[in-house]
Amino acid sequence: MSQQSLEHSQDRRPTRWHIAVFLAPALLVYTAVMILPLFGTLQLSLFRNVDNAQVFAGFDNFRTLFGDPRWSDSFWNALGNNTWFFIIHMLVQNPIGILLAALLSSPKLRFSAFYRTAIFIPTILSFVIVGFAWKLILSPLWGVAPNLLDLVGLKSLFVPWLGKEEYALTALSLISVWQFVGIPMMLIYAAMLSIPDEVIEAAECDGVTGFSQFWKIKLPLILPAIGIISILTFVGNFNAFDLIYSAQGALAGPNYATDILGTFLYRTFFGFQLQIGDPNMGATIASMMFFIILAGVCLYLFLIQRRLRRYQF
Amino acid sequence: MKHRLLTGLLMASSILGTAGIALAQDKTLTIESWRNDDLAIWQEKLIPAFEKANPGIKVVFSPTAPTEYNAALNAKLDAGSAGDLITCRPFTSIDIYNKGQIADLTSLAGMENFSDVAKSAWQTDDGKATFCVPMASVIHGFIYNKEAFEKLGIAVPATEAEFFAALDKIKADGNYIPMAMGTKDLWEAATMGYQNIGPNYWKGEEGRLALIKGEQKLTDPQWVAPFATLAKWKPYLGDGFEAQTYPDSQNLFTLGRAAIYPAGSWEISTFNTQAQFKMGAFPPPVQKAGDTCYISDHTDIGLGLNAKSPNADAAKTFLTWVASPEFATIYANALPGFFSLNSSPVKMDDPLAQEFVSWREKCKPTIRSTYQILSRGTPNLENETWVKSANVINGTETPEAAAAELQKGLDSWFKPAK
Repeated sequence: MSQQSLEHSQDRRPTRWHIAVFLAPALLVYTAVMILPLFGTLQLSLFRNVDNAQVFAGFDNFRTLFGDPRWSDSFWNALGNNTWFFIIHMLVQNPIGILLAALLSSPKLRFSAFYRTAIFIPTILSFVIVGFAWKLILSPLWGVAPNLLDLVGLKSLFVPWLGKEEYALTALSLISVWQFVGIPMMLIYAAMLSIPDEVIEAAECDGVTGFSQFWKIKLPLILPAIGIISILTFVGNFNAFDLIYSAQGALAGPNYATDILGTFLYRTFFGFQLQIGDPNMGATIASMMFFIILAGVCLYLFLIQRRLRRYQF
Repeated sequence: MKHRLLTGLLMASSILGTAGIALAQDKTLTIESWRNDDLAIWQEKLIPAFEKANPGIKVVFSPTAPTEYNAALNAKLDAGSAGDLITCRPFTSIDIYNKGQIADLTSLAGMENFSDVAKSAWQTDDGKATFCVPMASVIHGFIYNKEAFEKLGIAVPATEAEFFAALDKIKADGNYIPMAMGTKDLWEAATMGYQNIGPNYWKGEEGRLALIKGEQKLTDPQWVAPFATLAKWKPYLGDGFEAQTYPDSQNLFTLGRAAIYPAGSWEISTFNTQAQFKMGAFPPPVQKAGDTCYISDHTDIGLGLNAKSPNADAAKTFLTWVASPEFATIYANALPGFFSLNSSPVKMDDPLAQEFVSWREKCKPTIRSTYQILSRGTPNLENETWVKSANVINGTETPEAAAAELQKGLDSWFKPAK
């Protein structure tokens, strides 16, 4: 019976053109604005400008980037800073996001819609506003930070954070965390809402409540969402540029202490002040960013995503 | 063949057709610039004066943020969307000239109004072709709060010892921050610091040219000494100067909270409108009384012609006007602190601007050491000097180490012609 119907359907199955037709617009747009420029960048990184003409140079640009001590110092410095930027987000932004989501999903909390909106608002602000506002807040001259610390008698703890090599990057990472903590919060909040009440009730019947309920029941159920958030954070952080640029400028001072791959790429590609832009070396850095993100995403997909256990209700 | 002829005809007719329309209408010239502070002066004074004398030509001044100007301009020139007139940075505009993106203006009417020194920043290395009309130069020095100096009984310092004694006195009094400068934006430390006091040590042009010829190195004592002096500035700057930006420094001074401001003459017009107290200026103090003084009189702005401009003739009319004494007078008085490079003397009314320009008579002028030739490669000496000057003032790097790093970066690409 089943064999017969299968053959039957195979005979009559028409070519399903509509799938191709429906996919075409998205595919075309995506190809034009994402895939072609990506390959254009990769191609640009293999060329060099010799006497105003583009000359194929093989992997020479990559050799310069890793072989020349100045280029490689800048690159590793930017990569190191970028990694620290990412670590702060993973250690601060995502746990706080989970915590906020857990609090918000608690049925006893009043005004949860207000908190949800208030915490999410910074995410929709422009980088320029965030960078400018925080620069003012932390300003040693007119900022509210030194005054607030003074009010509680802790003025001595104030440091011009954005101007000190040892603090600037951490301070900027925390500003970025402040801005984006709403995203993990929302995603995890949604995941928590989708946990069926029966599961929670069953847990309560078995005497699992409060913190151990979160730890043993809810956390395993939201792990896939946390995985997605981690990878989004990774991609977002290694593509970051705007906040550093708007707060510290393209030279990512002091002494390149806040230079991340994005600002390094910008400075190289477009040039800065008297430095003339070098599109080929810029494309080389952009290609390295692409490979780093690609490697990170692949690692996640093959090593972690497949091992995450999913529960179906 | 027939097709091609037809297309050719159609295209020719469309171009000629639009050209005909354009002739009938006003021509509009767009000026690319980084001087967004000057927008009002262009719109209210310079452009109306030109349009009145040249009916049929309209001019639009369209500035970009200073640090983004070069990058934005290069992108626009490559894409063919840049304006007709291009404001030229000193020395670096040679790159866009070599690419054929700005036109040769050697034979432009009005060019004879400028000396060779004035044109040097916009000429090919052999001096044969000039590609921008010189507009203005800026002079470095220190602007001070006259009332603060009078109250504390400080005389205007002429030597370095007097300068630091004055700073000590202001600091001991405690009412004023001795010096308004921050290191957050980096370039303040280099431009108002290193390039301001430096010429007294490396003897202006003598040292600058020796550096280009390879006869001196940045690790020589006369190039390290300005860094050592800068390092001594640290205790006199305001609290948290590491995070103090350029506008912060300007405000600190114009609000009367700081006594001395390491300046470029371009500050004069903004300071005049903002400060409520009397200001004076003094040139960078010399090491010993009686030493020859050197000042940085930096050729800063020129105006060039986009080689692809569709309105080249109108643009040339405008450039000839820019080269005229009439423009020089309006410009120098509208923007006190931007000193005309025109050979005919310009009368200026602003006392602070007169003070700055008077140093041209007693001191030897030079331009910023990092601009000519030395910033053509990677790493770029000017940008590196920003970072290193800030490091030295922050105390995170010694003067010797900073100079050594700069020389190492320069050696990696610069081979002096011997």
